[in-house]
Amino acid sequence: MYEEVTSGSRTRRTLTGTARMLAALKLDGALLIGLALVAVYGLVVLYSASGQSLPTIIRAGAHLGMGAVAMLLLAQVNPNFLRRSSPWLYLLGVVLLLVVDGIGYIGKGAQRWLDLGVLRFQPSEVMKLAVPMMCAWFLHDRALPPTVSSLAILAALILVPVGLVALQPDLGTAALIAIAGSLVIVMAGLKVRIMAGLAALGAIAGWFGWAFMHDYQKKRVLTFFDPNTDRLGAGYHIIQSQIAIGSGGVFGKGWMHGSQAQLQFLPERSTDFIFAVIGEEFGLLGLALLLLLYAFVVARALYLAMQTQDTFARLLGGSLALTFFVYVFINAGMVSGLLPVVGVPLPLVSYGGSSMVTLLAGFGILMSLYSHRKLMGS
Amino acid sequence: MIGYEARQEAALSFRWRSYVLLAILGASALALGWRAANLALRDHGFLASQGNARFTRVAAIVAHRGTIIDRYGEPLAVSTPVDSVWTNPRELALATDQIPRLAAALKVDRQELTRRVTSNLDREFLYLERHLQPAEAQQIRALEIPGVYLSREYRRYFPAGEVAGHILGFTNVDDAGQEGLELAFDHWLAGEDGAKRVIQDRYGRVVQDVDSIRSARPGRDLILSIDLRIQYLAYRELKAAILQQRARAGSVVVLDVATGEVLAMVNQPAYNPNDREQFVAATYRNRAATDIFEPGSSIKPFFVAAGLASGKYDDRSVIDTSPGFFKVGVKTIEDEHGSLGVINLATILAKSSNVGMARLALSLEPQLIWKTLTSLGFGQVTTSGYPGESAGLLSDYAHWRPIGIATMSHGYGLSVTPLQLAHAYATIGALGMNRPVSFLRVDSAPTGERVLDPNLCRELISMLESVVAAEGTGKRAAIPGYRVAGKTGTAWKATAGGYSTDRYMAVFGGMAPSSNPRLAAVVVIDEPSAGKYMGGDVAAPVFSAVVGHALRLLAVAPDEPVHALPDTEPGAAAAQGVRTAALQ
Repeated sequence: MYEEVTSGSRTRRTLTGTARMLAALKLDGALLIGLALVAVYGLVVLYSASGQSLPTIIRAGAHLGMGAVAMLLLAQVNPNFLRRSSPWLYLLGVVLLLVVDGIGYIGKGAQRWLDLGVLRFQPSEVMKLAVPMMCAWFLHDRALPPTVSSLAILAALILVPVGLVALQPDLGTAALIAIAGSLVIVMAGLKVRIMAGLAALGAIAGWFGWAFMHDYQKKRVLTFFDPNTDRLGAGYHIIQSQIAIGSGGVFGKGWMHGSQAQLQFLPERSTDFIFAVIGEEFGLLGLALLLLLYAFVVARALYLAMQTQDTFARLLGGSLALTFFVYVFINAGMVSGLLPVVGVPLPLVSYGGSSMVTLLAGFGILMSLYSHRKLMGS
Repeated sequence: MIGYEARQEAALSFRWRSYVLLAILGASALALGWRAANLALRDHGFLASQGNARFTRVAAIVAHRGTIIDRYGEPLAVSTPVDSVWTNPRELALATDQIPRLAAALKVDRQELTRRVTSNLDREFLYLERHLQPAEAQQIRALEIPGVYLSREYRRYFPAGEVAGHILGFTNVDDAGQEGLELAFDHWLAGEDGAKRVIQDRYGRVVQDVDSIRSARPGRDLILSIDLRIQYLAYRELKAAILQQRARAGSVVVLDVATGEVLAMVNQPAYNPNDREQFVAATYRNRAATDIFEPGSSIKPFFVAAGLASGKYDDRSVIDTSPGFFKVGVKTIEDEHGSLGVINLATILAKSSNVGMARLALSLEPQLIWKTLTSLGFGQVTTSGYPGESAGLLSDYAHWRPIGIATMSHGYGLSVTPLQLAHAYATIGALGMNRPVSFLRVDSAPTGERVLDPNLCRELISMLESVVAAEGTGKRAAIPGYRVAGKTGTAWKATAGGYSTDRYMAVFGGMAPSSNPRLAAVVVIDEPSAGKYMGGDVAAPVFSAVVGHALRLLAVAPDEPVHALPDTEPGAAAAQGVRTAALQ
């Protein structure tokens, strides 16, 4: 018997071996670990939130697997190819949205799905990636900050798919697409005057909007500010979720012992409102742990985006990283009563295949942008 | 090419924007943390109590209503668990897309259900369907429609259905007694609901019992005096007779002479207490206890009892009934089939002579007649406690005039219930001991109150045997193997403006075996219209069939040898058998 002659300890060898393998696969180890931790945490919570449903966990695992494959594949793709294909992907997405809006398959009352026989697929999910890619592509060879006419074109590029998604109606996804596109513009640089002008415009539009809103729409807004005005209706979700988070206290009621969640008072407990399940069962500490994991993922993603060299990669990478943060913020904000209720899942934790695959695909693109940064022309 | 300054400016601008973005990021994260900490720390107490308020409930432990059983333990009224579906209309209105599913599961019209829900939005509780089988209710629960809940209740089932329907009465949808013995003994049968603290989920399903606040006291069981076998016999024979005679209504009461217990009590028309949809108020009445009628000749034995009690008459006394009629004031009393001549009391009863009875009654002190009738229970409700029982009509003797006494002696001018009449026959059968009527099983026979001399009663029973003998009007009441004592009655029905001459009450009252009476029974057939209408033709055969079968069921020793087997008509054959036996 003889030992293979290599330097360092077994642990170091393993680590370097892993690092080499990850590099060969164009993956970022730190980001991967962060994502894996969030996903595992998510599965643990989901098992409880789904009412101890093993099939749900298996399906969620399958979603994760599909997402991981998408991430792995996209990480291999040359960013230049990604950049060149952006307009085509965008166009394809718009056409698919039109198809869905037109003759779309009706799923859950809203037209969001395209049935491809084997799998059902949401074009709006594609747009979460295609819109920031398109914006980044549009800006990559232009002088920054963009001119007013460029901004007008960008606005149109964003608003067309946003409008189509909003018509479905899926306001949560529409908002996310709009934010993903807008983040590209913000990072590309806007003059303070223009930003201030847009903010003022938004305020005026809001004021006008309020004046022209239907009563039921006004009620929805008011319900957000005071959920008790409609306890069994629109206020129900938010009251139940706040009770869940609050009654969990610092340490929580224990895994699978959250009464609001387990007794089904908390609606959408395994999807949009899973954040409240964490608060109830694992307490403030559980929420803090989750938010820290998210912070790590966002920080690492931003770091990767900053390391890229060209405009397209920076804008797109930054947008992907920030969009992930926006996801977390909107979901956690709505569940804890900070923001109005819109259908945005908690990334990598909420049960749902489409968003899982899209998110991991986005990280795959980010890893590709990072690992291929030295190949990119300036 | 971009100049150095421009690039410098761009870099500055980029850095500035990065800081702004990072600041926004940080602020957002802080806001989230602040919000979560607020909920989990500052509002923890309040929100935790709000949570408890949602899933802990004080739930009623529904008490089980006592079971009613017959004297041998056969179930007559049983409460079984059922589930009622209710909704909070305000919650259901938020899920209107679920209404078609719900309507399909409840098998109701969709629009109708929608209308019910939307027109009750000011309420928080609305029954959708009462008393579903637990299995059906489970299907509704499985739909998991928000705002639709189940609650456990009990529904009363009456295994004997129509057979014991009248006597038992029924309960309402909340299982409270409404009629009959269910009403009379409601306080006994009804339990007292308990309370418990439970954890329940959003759909109202109890997930866990936390603790018991007060345990439920279940209702007590009620053992009736009814013998379901005899009850069924009486039901079957009465129903057959009603159909055969095309009668309007009818009743049969069977009493245990030794104890005063009601062994059977049936009426026609009857109803099935299990099928509430067919409830018709007119069929609810337990006519045997609530309806009064003029008893006609079936009252005669009690006038004879008064005569014997007066000391003026004994079993050898004779009365001249010729020429078959006599005038009292302006009215004429007459016998049905012409003059019977000078006859003894037994023949007066056997031939049902109105003239003989009137002469006897008019020779007596009115007070004695009144006292005798009253002591036998006429003019008063029995002690049975049956709800709505009638006292009958017996006016005070101070108001009696001769014509009144004469007509009363053959059963007009006073009214009785079938139960009262049966009780009076039972008292004669018990040799003068008036034992309280009871619908509950009595474990030892009550002593009762002596109202007539035992020897007097023996003489009277012996006279009543001649009614059932071959020449008597009640020969069809005879039972092979048993000696029967009884009396027929055929009364014109009182109508507005006088007595109807074509509508009759056919009655037979009696007891058997007459050597030592065990059962007393009364059969009343209201308006037989198939041709025959005499008590001896219409009511007596029912008596024979019911009491005959009942005696055999109770294994009462026969007091007479049987020499002929009954042929197809039991009553006639029985009479034949008795006659044959008597001749030998």
